[in-house]
Amino acid sequence: MEILVCVKRVPDTAENEIEVNRDGTDIERDDLVYSVNEWDNYAVEEAIQIRDRVGGTVTVVSVGDEESEEILRREMAMGADKGVLLSDAAFEGSDGRGVAAILKAEAEKGHYDLILTGALADDGAGEVGGMLAAMLDRPYASLVNHIEVEKGQPTIKVGREIEGGNQELNEIDLPCVLSIQTGINEPRYVGIRGIRKVASLDIPVHGATDLGIAPEQVGAAAALVKRRDYFVPDLGAGAEILEGSTEEVIDKLIDILKAQGGLK
Amino acid sequence: MADTIFAYITHGNAVADDTALEMIGAARKISPAAALTAIVVGSGADVDAVCSQMSASFNEVWKIDDAVLAYPNAEMIRKLLVNILPEKAVILVPHDTFGMDLSPGLSIKLDCAFLSDAVDIEGLEGTVLKAVRQEYGGAVSTHVDCDVSRGAVINVRPGAFAADESKSASGKVVDKSSLAGDLSCGRRFLEVVEAEVGDVDITKAEVLVSVGRGIEDEENLEIVEELAEAMGTVVSCSRPIVDAKWMEKSRQVGTSGQTVKPKVYLALGISGSFQHLGGLKGNPFIVAVNKNPKAPIFQVADVGVVDDILEFVPELTEKISAA
Repeated sequence: MEILVCVKRVPDTAENEIEVNRDGTDIERDDLVYSVNEWDNYAVEEAIQIRDRVGGTVTVVSVGDEESEEILRREMAMGADKGVLLSDAAFEGSDGRGVAAILKAEAEKGHYDLILTGALADDGAGEVGGMLAAMLDRPYASLVNHIEVEKGQPTIKVGREIEGGNQELNEIDLPCVLSIQTGINEPRYVGIRGIRKVASLDIPVHGATDLGIAPEQVGAAAALVKRRDYFVPDLGAGAEILEGSTEEVIDKLIDILKAQGGLK
Repeated sequence: MADTIFAYITHGNAVADDTALEMIGAARKISPAAALTAIVVGSGADVDAVCSQMSASFNEVWKIDDAVLAYPNAEMIRKLLVNILPEKAVILVPHDTFGMDLSPGLSIKLDCAFLSDAVDIEGLEGTVLKAVRQEYGGAVSTHVDCDVSRGAVINVRPGAFAADESKSASGKVVDKSSLAGDLSCGRRFLEVVEAEVGDVDITKAEVLVSVGRGIEDEENLEIVEELAEAMGTVVSCSRPIVDAKWMEKSRQVGTSGQTVKPKVYLALGISGSFQHLGGLKGNPFIVAVNKNPKAPIFQVADVGVVDDILEFVPELTEKISAA
């Protein structure tokens, strides 16, 4: 099975506190630690497990600048066979639709049975997988938390996470596009040694010309959705923050818990 | 622009979801004067019941009734919406697990903009819709411009807009089923597997000690279990704890987990994403402990403590146990 997994380099929210910069044009990027988007990492792990069961190859692809190469290499250290970086000045400022159009062009260069994306990334839109599927005219399922693949079968079985902790099971025709929810598997650990092993592997870079994309189809000029600024909303008073030494705070909290019926 | 705004109505057990009337609130913010059309897709008596409910609140209700639509398969519904919607339509969809499945692809097939998870709408300026979204799990917000000159699919966050309960319309129900077209698609619904019932039922607890990513390590869970024991209650958690397989799914509070309605909720090391808060009903008294003073949880909590739970919780437990 030929599998393409789309990954994105994002600020690691477990390692950073995300704050707005002084003039509200961006988040504060100084000293940010970046990593592969958490959802995408689950997608890569799932692709590797499927390949190990039924054979084939896993290709990881990212739309981004040259710094995105490091996350492609990290996912190759996990076990992906190939990495491709889609990078061009013309791609900058693309909205989700633009990113999907770039990925579509790369996807059409191969013969992928299965294309995976993460269900969400840093911007919380969760849109690229569904857009890519529609552009490719392939069936799609989002928020996938279970995949059953049988070698040689024209369909696979997928579970989707729906409200209330329930799971919706579907049969879906190959080739298809799925967006992967966190928790579908336990992504393997990648150590420094693993990354060293793939340090010399070639990661080709495809630009707009290689992909046959007219620059006006993508980038900021083609974007239908544009971010104007970043801000932190004023939601009123918020919580009463308990101040004082730890001991004082605990005494206050215990009194409050008793008053609210949280402690007998 | 946007003389008519469409709203896709999700429903279950013949009752429209709460988001149905919230979308009226959102539509009014786009254009106070626009006519509102509800689209209700389903099968048999259920769809008729929901159409009847919606006719009290929408100027028009479009009904699509087909036995194959008894379960909402987003791939099928995308096809029929492309067939029935006029050119340059503006359609609102709830940003739930169905809307996330449907809308991105729908926007491509309609060749229009997609605005995901709108939490507020400032209004329309010409053909540009001004709206508000959140990024990084709610840590920051953004103002966005959405070009709606070719129409738009707008996913609306559940609970973010005030519902219009006025029931001031008396819309007619129009049966559009014959226009739905071919509904065959490459994805077929099989069944819904209900969530497993765990050893502890967190939905019945009056007090919950709930733990999130701030616990850092599986072996640290002990400290919240000890606190829950001292308080005579049980431990629930947020999504990352379940993703890491440290606790059972049945302990997860959130839209993709359990809906709980305790009187008192201790959120320990939980940032407070909207998916997590979506599982918290009945307006509980929320105490948040988090080392990040900017964590979104402090905006909804009643009382907050800015501290590392790994240090604070054992001391709290000790004091409660000693009392």
